[in-house]
Amino acid sequence: MRRRGPLLMILAVASGKGGTGKTTVAVGLALALSETRPVQLLDADVEAPNAHLFLDVTWTGERRVVTWRPRIDPEACDLCGLCVEACEFGALARAGEKILVFDELCHGCGVCRRVCPRDAITEIEVPLGKVQVGEADGFPFARGVLDVGEATATPVVHALKREIDPDRLAILDCPPGTGCPTIASLRGADAAILVTEPTPFGLHDLKAAVSVARAVGVPAGVVVNRDGIGDDGVLRWCEEEGIPVLARIPFDREIAALYAEGRNPARESATFREAVLAALAGLEREVLA
Amino acid sequence: MNPPTIVFLSGKGGTGKTSVTAAFAVLGGHQVLADADVEAANLHILLAPRVEEQGEFEGSKVAIKDDSLCTRCGECREACRFEAIDEEFNIDPWLCEGCGACVHACPVDAIRLEPQVTGHWITGTSARGPFAGAELLPGEENSGKLVTLVRQKARQIASRVETPWVLVDGPPGIGCPVIASVTGVDGAVLVTEPTVSGLHDVERALGVVRHFGAPAALVINKWDLSPATAERIESWATERQLPVLARIPYDPAVPRAMVAGKSVVETDPEAPASRALRDAYARFRQLVLG
Repeated sequence: MRRRGPLLMILAVASGKGGTGKTTVAVGLALALSETRPVQLLDADVEAPNAHLFLDVTWTGERRVVTWRPRIDPEACDLCGLCVEACEFGALARAGEKILVFDELCHGCGVCRRVCPRDAITEIEVPLGKVQVGEADGFPFARGVLDVGEATATPVVHALKREIDPDRLAILDCPPGTGCPTIASLRGADAAILVTEPTPFGLHDLKAAVSVARAVGVPAGVVVNRDGIGDDGVLRWCEEEGIPVLARIPFDREIAALYAEGRNPARESATFREAVLAALAGLEREVLA
Repeated sequence: MNPPTIVFLSGKGGTGKTSVTAAFAVLGGHQVLADADVEAANLHILLAPRVEEQGEFEGSKVAIKDDSLCTRCGECREACRFEAIDEEFNIDPWLCEGCGACVHACPVDAIRLEPQVTGHWITGTSARGPFAGAELLPGEENSGKLVTLVRQKARQIASRVETPWVLVDGPPGIGCPVIASVTGVDGAVLVTEPTVSGLHDVERALGVVRHFGAPAALVINKWDLSPATAERIESWATERQLPVLARIPYDPAVPRAMVAGKSVVETDPEAPASRALRDAYARFRQLVLG
């Protein structure tokens, strides 16, 4: 029986701990679903974007993501110091007869220019990263990339999310952690798959990921990857907290070896393919119902 | 003289940064330790520090609007570059950067900035030496500032005690918390795994480390999961003049040790991973202390 329409519009694949298998699950789902359902894959792990390594991508477009940095005209500046006082990020300082700008601390908010009574501040555009769009294995693919040496990943994530196609199920490969880039990726998703591993590190970071998902109001279920390597702490905790365990993917040296060479196990391992599809079905059944 | 600070990074998460940091800490005997992975802090699970001091961290501010004063003029919405103010002039605390543009723009002083508690820090003592760490509250901002605070605490401790070095377990990625972890360090150990993602991301991490002018060395963890990819990573490292400390084999003894809350070099000193970690440590010691 065919479903009437997808319940899910935006699915986030996230985790607290890095390296648990987010990208493998996100890419695997996109590959497994693309034959039966319109999907789109977005790599929002802009600091360490990896999904393209497992796909055959043809890039069709690229947009720069920029921010702004203040530049001070020493002729016009009378060293009043209002900009230094107004900057919440400590990116401006007065040193003798000069106002110094620390670009690496600047958030590009424009407050300094706003408060300068002598119009001595202009802002220049500086690159932060880029968003690339293309086609991969029969579905649209987009990724954000933060430039090396840049600190603020969030604007790149926001720019990437503008590429979401409302007519497709958008699968978002999110960054690890619990901070701003993770929040920026997770917010607005209809549901999340949290990928973890059955170890004390996996459990500790899963708890943080669940708190984040709850804080931003995204219902979530858990996929336990590399099942069998550690202990049952994750399973016990999920049961206590009433968080559905959507799938358990056994640790398999062969899957690890496929991944190592840039091959997604969804193409070559029926077990893996069934596991990710079961996870999605479970999410739709238990979390979104 | 200040002891050298060494940070453990990887770009990609889950390559074994924390396990390698903990093993070096155990093999090092006694030293100052810091966990700068404030979004997924795990080092304490292996080192079990006894907490001596702790505190709250006010990492950012958030704009609060007094609706009884608001005239709905829209100046704040225009001033905000983070799209944190909607058509109804509600401020979204998740999107608010705490910059104060709206505060300055508001003609009737209806908006103020309020400090937010965004994390907790601790200092204490572990069996392997003094320990500083912190955790960002889930969903909070400014992990970079919290990393800087952890490093300050570690440096303060290091100025009071005898320590060969300060070992800092770093975060994944290359953004704000990584930059805060790597600024001003004396060296970086990059922990990678023999996968296409491991190589792709460690290359970006090396870019950040070199951007900040720190010397680096590489550990290839779980190398035998793909000997061919490990080979590719080694030749990449040679090209980039990046010394390889050791190849560590995939070893089920490592997660077993983690379940026991210990480092594999303690629970299973003769396991293949433990032997390789001892080799890595010997080279590391030679590189750092001469």
